[in-house]
Amino acid sequence: MTATTSAARAEVPAPSPASVRRGGAGSGRGRLELYRWAFVVPALVYVALFFAFPVVKNAVMGFQDYTTASFYTGEAPFIGLENYRTIFANPGFWPSVAHTALFTAGSIVGQFSIGLAMALFFRRRFPLGGVLRSLLLLPWLLPVIVSTALWRSLMDQDSGALNAFLKAVGVIDTGIPWLSSPSIALTSVIIVNIWVGIPFNVALLYGGLQDIPEELYEAASIDGAGPVRSFLAITWPLLRPTVNVVVLLCVIYTLRSVDIILGLTRGGPAGSTQTLPTSSYFQSFQDFQFGLGRRRATCSSSSPSSSRCCTCGRPDAP
Amino acid sequence: MADVLGRSRRIALAVTAVTAVAALSACGGGSGPAASSDASGGSGVTSLRVADYYTDEPAFSIIGGMLDTCGQSIGVTIEREAVPSGDYLSKVLQQSSSRTLPDVQMIDAQDLPAISKSGALSPVSERGVATDTVGESVLSLGTVDGEVYGLAPTAGTIVLFVNNAMLAEAGLQAPTTWDELQSTAKALTSGDRYGIAFSTKNDGQGTYAYLPLLWSAGGSEDALDSAAAKSALQLEVDLVSSGAASQSTVQWGNSDVGDQFLTGKAAMALTSGTQMSKLDGAETPLDYSIVSVPVPQAGDTVVSPLGGETWTLPRSGDQAREAAAAELLSCIASNDTQLSLAEQRRVVPANPELDTQYLEKLPKLTEYVAAVRDGRSRTAILQDAWPATNTAIFTAIQSAVTGQATVDEALSTAAASAAAAK
Repeated sequence: MTATTSAARAEVPAPSPASVRRGGAGSGRGRLELYRWAFVVPALVYVALFFAFPVVKNAVMGFQDYTTASFYTGEAPFIGLENYRTIFANPGFWPSVAHTALFTAGSIVGQFSIGLAMALFFRRRFPLGGVLRSLLLLPWLLPVIVSTALWRSLMDQDSGALNAFLKAVGVIDTGIPWLSSPSIALTSVIIVNIWVGIPFNVALLYGGLQDIPEELYEAASIDGAGPVRSFLAITWPLLRPTVNVVVLLCVIYTLRSVDIILGLTRGGPAGSTQTLPTSSYFQSFQDFQFGLGRRRATCSSSSPSSSRCCTCGRPDAP
Repeated sequence: MADVLGRSRRIALAVTAVTAVAALSACGGGSGPAASSDASGGSGVTSLRVADYYTDEPAFSIIGGMLDTCGQSIGVTIEREAVPSGDYLSKVLQQSSSRTLPDVQMIDAQDLPAISKSGALSPVSERGVATDTVGESVLSLGTVDGEVYGLAPTAGTIVLFVNNAMLAEAGLQAPTTWDELQSTAKALTSGDRYGIAFSTKNDGQGTYAYLPLLWSAGGSEDALDSAAAKSALQLEVDLVSSGAASQSTVQWGNSDVGDQFLTGKAAMALTSGTQMSKLDGAETPLDYSIVSVPVPQAGDTVVSPLGGETWTLPRSGDQAREAAAAELLSCIASNDTQLSLAEQRRVVPANPELDTQYLEKLPKLTEYVAAVRDGRSRTAILQDAWPATNTAIFTAIQSAVTGQATVDEALSTAAASAAAAK
């Protein structure tokens, strides 16, 4: 592509006399059009192949009976709305919609409020503040599969460190079944996702706070504004652009998040943490019902869930 | 004239770019070319591509060593692709769609029917591979509609591990019936030690541990709302609700169950026999025995689910390579390979004729070997409908064990969703 561009650039400024003589004004404009398209086409082709094609293919697969055999034979009969009927009739569908909503809302509220509080805290200068702030990024650096394995052992009902700590402090008498009770598991998954998402929020919000001029706060304090007043009148309005970006990105990341749930609970126990992306994943790669899987993927408006997943289970039999 | 040339060169460049992009993305099915052979025609095959999902040690090296030995014996080098099991199936499907499957492909027995029905694999008889070194029960792992598509050199199953010291301390024998299992498990529960550990995880492992109970009670995976299915699930529910097994079983896979047993947090473990290699490899090896899975009533026979990986022969259209791949498979299924793999990985050789020889070395595997000989494949009845039923079963197990639904409700839901997926 670099070659095409530089070749074209070299020739466009100096149209050869021959071409002008041969073509005349009309076809000269036509050629200009052609040049324009020549620049656009590579990008168009790229977008069509790598963005439009998967999206359209994804939508079309939702109407097909797509099985493992389809990959080899290329045959996937169209079955109209059958996949849609199957999905909506599935007793697990609406709960998974509700879980997706709860998971997303809970994660965003938690990540954002804790992230903002921490960013405000680290804005004040104090010894080792910089070091602490960098340490805070650690959860972000860990591969999700590592952090979920870590949390799985922390949250173990019988021998997990979390229950041991709570018992030692005297908050609880018997271990909380963090990940093994259907009524608590979703909360636990949200807690872990909040933990994973805080560094991202802190990093961006801290950056946004750095852009607010110090003089504004000085002026406000001269006018007698307290911390609350200056937060509401200065920090929040000036941080809004950053907030918008952070929340938007977090919503996208959380909506399509598969790996955290796969790593922690695989959607269980008893489907209590199944979301649209995870059920799409299972439908495709566990039950081989790719058409159904795609339909769910379309529902959650995400691309077919990434197939990265290291905890996928098959018995560890030989 | 110069401009005309220039333009055509630009168009040519653009066309080249487009073709390159199209070539990169050529995975859209249809009729791609067969995997190109790097070797010349005739019998000049110098290397074979082999894929498997043994990415973790020690299995990675054990399988790698086996492949290299077999490669040497037939005079080819092995280009091995070990893909993590989570990514494995999508890789297989992708390669089957672009006609770039390796010459020899390992496939989990549970996934074999679905893959073989696509037509991507040759039946082994078509390539002249003898199956006489693989016993009847293990052969069923690779059989789809009466045709053998894959050979498993070894197989494993679910067995009951018991901690000898804990049993002796309580003055008890290893349980042989469900009633004994319940009472022994309760008697062995004390402090932070549970009587028994088993998997009720929401993946194939939960189903795997349930199947020997289901089948020994006379049930079948195609009748999930039968009385046998209910009694088997009720046993698991009772063990958890009586406190003899942890509520965390819903999170445990076989490996976690093995850990619980190894660290003495569980006195018995109903789990995959492969956990043995971990128990024996521990710094302070545990004093344990392997007994057969308890049956509903004394005198009932155990039927265990076989687990294992089959080695298959994808079609490539290149006769020389296909012939070499068939030779490699014959070596993988040979008696020598079976014995060496089985001993290293604590699994059972596919050939029953090797039993005496094998048990001389590892006498404590007696019950384990017997269970494999009487076992059957999980896909034998349902074939490619098995994956959906598998999901229905572990979903039911989880609902019942966590108290979300009664055993009856959970299993009638499972029967309905298994039927809907057929």
